[in-house]
Amino acid sequence: MKVTVKYFGLVAEAAEKSEEVLELNGELTAMELKSQCLNSLAIADKESVQIAVNQNLDDTITLKDGDEVALLPPFAGG
Amino acid sequence: MDKKKPKKVFVQGAIPPEKIANSVANHQSKTNIGAHSIFLGQIRADEVEGKTVTAIDYTAYEEMAENVFHEIREAAFAKFDITCAHIYHSLGKVNVGELCLFVFTSSAHRKIAIEATNFFVEEIKAKVPVFGKEIFEDETHQWKVNGRHYT
Repeated sequence: MKVTVKYFGLVAEAAEKSEEVLELNGELTAMELKSQCLNSLAIADKESVQIAVNQNLDDTITLKDGDEVALLPPFAGG
Repeated sequence: MDKKKPKKVFVQGAIPPEKIANSVANHQSKTNIGAHSIFLGQIRADEVEGKTVTAIDYTAYEEMAENVFHEIREAAFAKFDITCAHIYHSLGKVNVGELCLFVFTSSAHRKIAIEATNFFVEEIKAKVPVFGKEIFEDETHQWKVNGRHYT
């Protein structure tokens, strides 16, 4: 199955990309995908990165084909 | 159904001060309003290890952010007896001294408007996926985190 992963802020900077489509094998939760994606990146505080699945900030969600996933560093609005 | 309609919050670059005056002018025909409350966020020239911030470059998960802004509006209208509410947030580069957030609520009475504005600002800072790159004068940068200085 395929999911679109979007990167923002310092995560996009570390990944050197803002978006990619990943081909996943087997069942994976959002939390597991987050670990996979962040594993190789030089980010000091990986715990502070949240994952949204179809804009929902719940990392226990099991991913489905076609999901849009976003890796979100700490918010800085205002 | 003015208050239910999703409105575009993001504006490119700094929010011009004239927008605040125009927004006030646009509400003078609504004579059930007795109080406006306005919050303006301005870019501060923070100093970090001897370097001074000159601008913040804002990016956002725009689709989610617009939806979260809408949810915050809905929650505010459910919680406070406000007549109307407007939010504008910058995207892209905003220099120090310029405005990046404009929250404008109106009500019959001042306390409600003031509390509603405060609610909007706190909710926006906590829940909206907006990211800020603080740019220093030597072109290096660091990533802004809300609540790092104080809440």
